[in-house]
Amino acid sequence: MSKSFPSDKGPVLALDRVSLEVAEGEFVCLVGPSGCGKTTLLNIVAGLDRPDAGEVLADGGPVRGPGADRMVMFQESALFPWLDAMGNVEFGLGLKPGLDRRTRRDYAHYYLRMVGLERFRHAAVHELSGGMKQRVALARALAPEPRVLLMDEPFASLDALTREQFYGDLQRIWRQHRRTILLVTHNVREAACLGDRVVLLSPHPGRIREEFRVDLPRPRDFHGVELARHSGEIMAALRGHLESPPAEGAE
Amino acid sequence: MRRALVAGLFFLLLLGGWEALSRSGLWSAVILPPPGAVARYLWGGLRDGSLAEAALVTGRRLAAGYLLGAAVGLPLGFLTAKSRTASDTVGVLALGLQTLPSVCWAPLAILWFGQTETAVLFVVVMGTVWSIALATDGGVRGVPPIFGRAARTMGSRGLHTMLRVTLPASLPVVVSGMKQGWAFAWRSLMAAEIFVTILTGFGLGHLLHYGRELHAMDQVLGVMIVVVAVGLLVDRAVFGPAERWLRRRWGAEGR
Repeated sequence: MSKSFPSDKGPVLALDRVSLEVAEGEFVCLVGPSGCGKTTLLNIVAGLDRPDAGEVLADGGPVRGPGADRMVMFQESALFPWLDAMGNVEFGLGLKPGLDRRTRRDYAHYYLRMVGLERFRHAAVHELSGGMKQRVALARALAPEPRVLLMDEPFASLDALTREQFYGDLQRIWRQHRRTILLVTHNVREAACLGDRVVLLSPHPGRIREEFRVDLPRPRDFHGVELARHSGEIMAALRGHLESPPAEGAE
Repeated sequence: MRRALVAGLFFLLLLGGWEALSRSGLWSAVILPPPGAVARYLWGGLRDGSLAEAALVTGRRLAAGYLLGAAVGLPLGFLTAKSRTASDTVGVLALGLQTLPSVCWAPLAILWFGQTETAVLFVVVMGTVWSIALATDGGVRGVPPIFGRAARTMGSRGLHTMLRVTLPASLPVVVSGMKQGWAFAWRSLMAAEIFVTILTGFGLGHLLHYGRELHAMDQVLGVMIVVVAVGLLVDRAVFGPAERWLRRRWGAEGR
């Protein structure tokens, strides 16, 4: 699978000739300060936005709009309040052709159990805590078994403890159900903890500056020394890029 | 239990005050009949079936007018929320007509349709449709865009998004709009029945009207009590469950 696209967005260059390839089953984290275009990049891959130039290729075919092969997990859970937890997970399944009602229920049960919320399947959205909402959102995104999972700062609104627990669970789930994941974050350590590869972006204009491979065994300890070394290295690089804007060709 | 006691006491005091006023001799019993007389009228009306029949006639007109008004108002509100052209044209018209008290349609309705059921229906629909359309418009516009984006990424499109996402997401506002629409329908119908005398059915409004003509204040007050009771009943029986469901799903934030 390959994706490559440069993009213009209005007078401000949100993404300037960005090219990125992600392999099947790879976990890639996009890191950068606000304004570096990482969320724009994710939205274009999701098909919610269109690039001005260039294109996204998924399995060799161009992406023309949102599709159930690329599920998105948003910063806020975006769960539907008129449905209970189960109903939310079933929503995407209902749009997948060829599933009868029973199969949908079974799938929804399975994925709710996977995120540890089977007991709360009939809970209303407002009854769930922030972390639980994001768990349901994760189950909702995984249930239709997309090829790619796109995560847009999914942990940004969670408290530190909940977040760290989530890192562990996400690693466990990812190892069981290998999916291609593209995660956007501004947290360098989070990126190092989760990703096979960390892609560094810098703003004005949004560009990919550097890539880091993180070859630590999983599950990774968020407070581990090895992880700290990697994230320290990435952080230093990020600081360097912020101080020295790209030399050529920005208008 | 305690709340029921307090409520009971409150209404007993109200009745007591009324009784005391009518006994004080300040007004004649023709102007202010005692509660007993009104109760006798109500009892009589219930036994000879005249009240039930009038309530049935009125209820039928209300149901027809309200359902028709909602059937037009809901799609209309959807349209004005989604299309700028519709919003600039029909939307402005709806806003204007909503400020027109529906009884103002009565003279027109009589001239157009004569003293018929159609005239009454017309007045009720005109009283209902605009407020429901405006509430739906507001409800649909207020749906957080993230719901639509999330639905699109899951493969939802067009009509599916409209019926399975936009409609339910707008329900908190739409239900309160439907409730307001029902209140307008009820008022319009009473006005229509008082002003449009028709022979195809004798509704509560007519009973009220003839009560005044005959100087039967017990009947006037009795019918007013029935009108209030019907209003309360519909509020509790129809909108109560809907509002409970909204509260359970949306929690405190969802009005």
